[in-house]
Amino acid sequence: MSMDELLNPFESTGRFILKTVDELGSLTIYLWESVFSIFRYSINFGNLIDQMVFIGMDSFYVIGLTGLFTGMVLSLQAYYVTKIVGVTYMIGPMVALSMTRELGPVLTALMITARCGSSMASEIGTMKVTEQIDALEVMAVDPYYYLSVPRILAATIMLPVMTILCSLIGITGGYIVYAYFLGLNHIVYIEKIYQYIKVGDIYSGLLKAVFFGIILATISTFKGFATTGGSKGVGRFTTQAVVLSSVYILFADYIFTSIFFK
Amino acid sequence: MIILERLTKSFNGIKVLNNLNIKFGEQKITVVIGRSGGGKSVMLKHIIGLMRPDSGRVLINGIDINTLKRKELNEIRKKFGMVFQDGALFDSINIFENIAFPVRQHTKLRESEVKDRVYSMLGDVGLSGQELKMPAEISGGMRKRVGVARALILNPEIVLFDEPTTGLDPITSDAISNLIIAMHNKFKFTGILISHDIAGAYKMGNIIAMLYNGFIIETGCPEDIKASNNPVVNQFVAGSMNGPIDFNMV
Repeated sequence: MSMDELLNPFESTGRFILKTVDELGSLTIYLWESVFSIFRYSINFGNLIDQMVFIGMDSFYVIGLTGLFTGMVLSLQAYYVTKIVGVTYMIGPMVALSMTRELGPVLTALMITARCGSSMASEIGTMKVTEQIDALEVMAVDPYYYLSVPRILAATIMLPVMTILCSLIGITGGYIVYAYFLGLNHIVYIEKIYQYIKVGDIYSGLLKAVFFGIILATISTFKGFATTGGSKGVGRFTTQAVVLSSVYILFADYIFTSIFFK
Repeated sequence: MIILERLTKSFNGIKVLNNLNIKFGEQKITVVIGRSGGGKSVMLKHIIGLMRPDSGRVLINGIDINTLKRKELNEIRKKFGMVFQDGALFDSINIFENIAFPVRQHTKLRESEVKDRVYSMLGDVGLSGQELKMPAEISGGMRKRVGVARALILNPEIVLFDEPTTGLDPITSDAISNLIIAMHNKFKFTGILISHDIAGAYKMGNIIAMLYNGFIIETGCPEDIKASNNPVVNQFVAGSMNGPIDFNMV
C-alpha cells in the first residue's frame, strides 16, 4: 500500500469497493458463460470423470483425516462443557449437528479449495501464460467449455459426496473418543444422534456443499484464466484463487446459515 | 482470401498497428518480416480472432470475423492451423495426444483411423517413434515439428506460423524451413509466416511483406525485396545498425 492510499482512506476505500464490484461482476459473467456453454456443446464426460476422480477419490485421505480429527476434537471439547452441567449424553448430537450442518461442508470446501482449487488455478494459469489457452481457441475449442465446465460440474457433484464422507468420519471420530478415550456408553452416543438429528440438518449441509463447490471451482478457474505475468503471475493468481475462494465460502456459509436458522 | 483493411490497434496509447492493409494470396506462403515488438504477432492474433482491432476489418473469404459470434468464429477457425513460437503444446499429454487433439475434437473418426492419421503425420514431420514422449522431453526443433503436425492434421486451408525458426540453431532452422516448404507442397495451404530470419524468409516465402511503424511498407517476391530501393527494407535485410531504423525505437 502506497503512502497516498494511507493518507487518503476515502480514495482507497472507493477503489477497493470498485475493484470488488468489478470482480464480482466479472465472476458472474464468467459463471454465466461457463454454464451457458454446457447447453451450447455436449458435455465431455471423459474430462468430467477425470475431474470428479481428482476432486473426489484423490481427496479422500485429506478429507477423511480432516473429518476424523475434527470429530475427535469436538467430542473432547463437548465433554469439557457438558460435564459441567451433567449432560454428557448430548455429546453425540453436538458432534453430529456440528459436522452435518457446519463443519462438514465448510472444512471439506476449504480443504478441497487448498488441494484442488489451487491446482485448477495454477494449471489453467500455466496454460494461459504458455499460450496453451490460445492454442485451444485457435483449434476452435471453447476453453470455458473444455476447462471450466468439467471442473465446475465435478466440484458441484463431488462436494456434497465428500461432505457426507467428512461428516460420517467426523461422527465416527467423535464416537471413538466418546466410547474409548472417555469411556462413556457408546449406545447413548448413537441413540441420541438418532433422536436429535433431523433430515433437514443433513440437507442444509449438502445444499451448502453444492454452492461451495460452485464457488471454489468458479473462482479458481476464473483466476486461472485471468493469470498474467509468467511464473510469478501463476503463483500470485493461485494464491488469490485460494484466498478469495476461502473468504467467499465463509461468507456464503454465514448467509446460508442465517437463512436456514430461520 | 485473407484481407486486412485499415487495421489499427493500440496498447497503452502506442499504435502497434496503424492503418495496416494487406492481402494474402491463396495457396501461397506470405512471410511478414519486421522488427521484434513491431506488431507481427499482434497482426497474426487479429487474423485468427484472438485479438480485436480498435478499428479496421479482418476479412476471411469476405467475412469480417470481428462481427461474428463465438460459435460462428469457431467455424471460421476450423479452416485454420497455427504453429506457435514456443509450440504451445499441451504439456500434460504426450506427443501423440497433442497431434490427435484436433482430430478428436472435430471429427468422429474411429480410434484406429485417428491412429493412422497421426502416425502418417508423424512420418511426414520426421517424428516417427517419438509419439509417446512428453513435450518436456523433446528438443526445441522437435517441439516445432509437433506444432507443425498438430496445425496440419486436419488439412486446414490456412496455416499461420509465428516465428517458426526463432531460437533454433541454423541447421535445425533450415530443417524446419524445408519441412514447411515440403508440407506446403503436399497440402497446398495458404501460409502466413512471421519471422525476422531473412534467409528463411527468402527460402520459404512466395511473397515477402515488411511491417514497419504499424503498416506494410513493402510487398513483393523475394527478388523484389532483394532489389528494393527502400532504405528501411535494405537496412533490415542487411541487419545493420546504420540507417533510418532507430534501433532504440522498440
